[in-house]
Amino acid sequence: MTQSTSNAPRSFQEIILRLQNYWASKGCAVMQPYDMEVGAGTFHPATTLRSLGSKSWAAAYVQPSRRPTDGRYGENPNRLQHYYQYQVLIKPSPPNLQELYLGSLEAIGVNMDLHDIRFVEDDWESPTLGAWGLGWEVWCDGMEVSQFTYFQQVGGHDCHPVSGELTYGLERLAMYILGIDHVMDMPFNDPDALIPLSYGDVFKQTEEEYARWNFDVANTDVLLRHFEEAEAECAAILAQEHQDPKTGKRIIMAHPAYDQCIKASHIFNLLDARGVISVTERQAYIGRVRALAKQCADAFVLTEAGGYSATPAA
Amino acid sequence: MPDLLIELFSEEIPARMQARAAEDLKKRVTDGLVEAGLTYAGAAAFSTPRRLTLALEGLLAESPTVREERKGPKVGAPDKAIEGFLRGAGLTRDQLEERDTPKGAVYFAAIEKPGRPAAAIIAEVLEDTVRNFPWSKSMRWGTGSLRWVRPLHSILCVLSDEAGATVVDLDIDGIKSGNTTHGHRFMAPDEIIVTGFEDYAAKLKRAHVVLDTAERQQAIWQEATNQAFARGLEVVEDKGLLAEVAGLVEWPVVLLGDIDAEFLELPPEVLQTSMKEHQKFFSVRNPKTGRIEGFVTVANRETADQGATILAGNQKVLSARLADAKFFWANDLRVAKSETGMAAWAEKLSNVTFHNKLGTQAARIDRIAALAREIAPVVGADADLAEQAARVAKADLSSEMVYEFPELQGLMGRYYAEAAGLPQEVANACEMHYSPLGPSDDVPTEPVSVAVALADKLDTLTGFWAIDEKPTGSKDPYALRRAALGVIRLVLENDVRMSLFAVLKEQANEVAEGVAGVENQLFIQSGQAEELEAEFIKNMGVEDILAYLNEKDELEEGDRKEFEQGISFLERISDLLTFFHDRLKVFLRDQGIRHDVIDACIAMEGNDDLTLLVKRARALEDFLKSEDGENLLQGFKRANNILSQAEEKDGVEYSYGADVKFAEDDSEKALFAALAASEGAISTAIEAEDFAAAMGGTAALRAPVDAFFEAVQVNSDNEVVRRNRLNLLSQIRKVCGQVADLSRIEA
Repeated sequence: MTQSTSNAPRSFQEIILRLQNYWASKGCAVMQPYDMEVGAGTFHPATTLRSLGSKSWAAAYVQPSRRPTDGRYGENPNRLQHYYQYQVLIKPSPPNLQELYLGSLEAIGVNMDLHDIRFVEDDWESPTLGAWGLGWEVWCDGMEVSQFTYFQQVGGHDCHPVSGELTYGLERLAMYILGIDHVMDMPFNDPDALIPLSYGDVFKQTEEEYARWNFDVANTDVLLRHFEEAEAECAAILAQEHQDPKTGKRIIMAHPAYDQCIKASHIFNLLDARGVISVTERQAYIGRVRALAKQCADAFVLTEAGGYSATPAA
Repeated sequence: MPDLLIELFSEEIPARMQARAAEDLKKRVTDGLVEAGLTYAGAAAFSTPRRLTLALEGLLAESPTVREERKGPKVGAPDKAIEGFLRGAGLTRDQLEERDTPKGAVYFAAIEKPGRPAAAIIAEVLEDTVRNFPWSKSMRWGTGSLRWVRPLHSILCVLSDEAGATVVDLDIDGIKSGNTTHGHRFMAPDEIIVTGFEDYAAKLKRAHVVLDTAERQQAIWQEATNQAFARGLEVVEDKGLLAEVAGLVEWPVVLLGDIDAEFLELPPEVLQTSMKEHQKFFSVRNPKTGRIEGFVTVANRETADQGATILAGNQKVLSARLADAKFFWANDLRVAKSETGMAAWAEKLSNVTFHNKLGTQAARIDRIAALAREIAPVVGADADLAEQAARVAKADLSSEMVYEFPELQGLMGRYYAEAAGLPQEVANACEMHYSPLGPSDDVPTEPVSVAVALADKLDTLTGFWAIDEKPTGSKDPYALRRAALGVIRLVLENDVRMSLFAVLKEQANEVAEGVAGVENQLFIQSGQAEELEAEFIKNMGVEDILAYLNEKDELEEGDRKEFEQGISFLERISDLLTFFHDRLKVFLRDQGIRHDVIDACIAMEGNDDLTLLVKRARALEDFLKSEDGENLLQGFKRANNILSQAEEKDGVEYSYGADVKFAEDDSEKALFAALAASEGAISTAIEAEDFAAAMGGTAALRAPVDAFFEAVQVNSDNEVVRRNRLNLLSQIRKVCGQVADLSRIEA
């Protein structure tokens, strides 16, 4: 996609900035990335937890995402073990969500009169989050540029109201819009900047370092122990009484517990990359993470953000 | 008479669901209308990615008035009874009619249900249809609880006649019906007001929507083949893909592109699969070289640059995909050509679970290899080659290409085996051992392929039988019916002669030994095994065998449990053999062989040799179609009936052999002679497996049997003569019984 229009963005970061501005203008709270290692933007509590319960919500954010098995030492033109997703979650899903989405493509320089945008069936399921939804992958000229999902269930809970979720794979989308063939060649900041930086300048070395660590060095015994500890801590947090003995307030620690769930999930991904999880064990580990996610979801719906309201005693 | 137009306009409906949904809409709505008395002259349903449409012609303007007469209580019956009747009928007493009947005066009620206007009925039926639509997967959205395949945006429902068009009012969870729709999402998104179907279809076309799926398909195919033809190329036909692509567009625009030269060396199947699975492209072939050189993509819009940007984008995505495929291909070839070759992949399969109760792929391959070796001589294959082939046939499951494109399993195996310099028969077996996959799929004929194909399927079947995972009803997750049919076709089409029972038993033992949890080992004490099997194969029940053996006092109390396990094991294999027979019946029925003919042959010894069994069945089918056969069957049935009745009555079996010296009538003597003559001829023919000749031999009995029954009364007053004649009938049964169990043939 190399047509030269004045509207065309010039760098990776410009595309991100335009998305931020666009969704801010549509009323989303522009949030920051979650400060933990996650496999996808969906794991951010702003999506996973906030899609639960009855309260309305609208958020957009960039989320660095890690998929250790996708590491290619920065050599593969499209695959990275660390990459960025842009995530939008709106609850309840507005009737014009498709139009809002198409507007975001125009905002980042996709000329709707020249391109072929299609909504192709793709149902989303996250076995680790106990979540699923129906929707599409969005194609632009045969290229998958986003995932579009109406959440039906999260953490084993039916979603009421239903959230609409949009996920953009930022590197791939940006490479397409900027006409770049290898991710490492993509301009990260403006090519005419005083110090122009490519994606490779920023991330080539880290891709190498993490690929080596993910595949060959990460201490699996330590990781296995961390997994168990995270699992135990999650359960211990949720086992606490709802009323905090110190403040006397009702404080359910859904978010700290969910942090442990995120942690367990990422450790599982690392163990998977290290090749120490057999096919049969795999399902068991996924089941364990799902159990944590479900418990966190159970806890979150009892909190205020999850729609709980303490009705005054009659 | 009015016409009705309904359109349900939604976000994009999955392509694979559209055709079915249009049919469901038609069926649900028309069934509902007809049930309410609203008949119609014609109906047509349509679907696009964003709409389901139903057009009905010649609908009744209102449902007819229905009159019903009900008989009530007698005049003078208790008030309670009369009041109850009135309540049920919704009438008052003065509306009842008294009528004289033979039982006295009785009240009658005439109930009239007035007709209702079409609009009221349509609104009800459509609401019910939308609320209970049979989507295989549906969803909620926003704050609502209505379910649809994707968010439903509007309902168009217009009833039109000479006087004009009116909207049928309905409101489903806030979605109000109207007379508007929208055109193409990008090319003509504005609102369109419609008055009826013709207006609707015409306006949609102007708004860049082709309503009819068949028309879209045809347009795509025609344009694609035209563009290809203009460049001396041809489009590879793919009806499934055409249907899917037509479900992804409302305004199809066909674009033909070239595959970058650096990818043309990839196997054509890889190109085709990658393009189809990932991009939904058609492959375009050069008929001169047979190579795939181009692709056809179908866009959903026209553009000012004639699709140049869209085509360039698609081409770029394809190149990225094919770069992956090329990378896999190069890596895989490097492994295949290395010193270890495909063995390195085969080794990896010891980490891959086939089924958690049946162990790893590697363990399975060991079993298949051993069995392929055993089967090899039977199918005329070299045992070493068969084993070698079985050992590499599934190695490609570890290759990168098959990991990416599972549907290329087998085929990649062949390419890699060829690259590894393995014998051609081995390479062919890698591909062919999965065949036949469907009833119309070609059956392998090369002996090595046949051996591995049989071994693979037989191991699968015995394995799943051993762990009791049999198909039930419509559930057959491991495609075991297909595997059994595959075995049947491999055996029959290659004229393979083997005892299936022996092979299954042996293989089930292998499974049992190798797999923990499969406990039904074969614990038959030596010396009993053969006897037991002989009994078993004659379909003797387990209890009968146990009783028989108990009687013979051959079992110690302690051995009994083990023995029963052995029986249960044999019972499973016998059950598997029955499964084969059931599949065979279905297969032969499709070829016009009657089920009772097959049953008559399955009842014979050696029924686990499928080739023999089918040979017999075909001969019997032909024979029974002949006049001789038909008449002989009558004679046989008559003899069998008389004999069975007598045996039941007398409590004895007349099988001692008749003596010609007690024969009184000439026809009786002639029958003796005929039986003596044919018995020899028939057994010789049977031994030579010449069933047609054997049946011909029985045909020679037809005239003497007919003459005998004509002239002779079997149940003679003379007990000696009677018994002798019964024994003679028994002889008929025995001689005829050599060819098949004719008692199972239905009249």
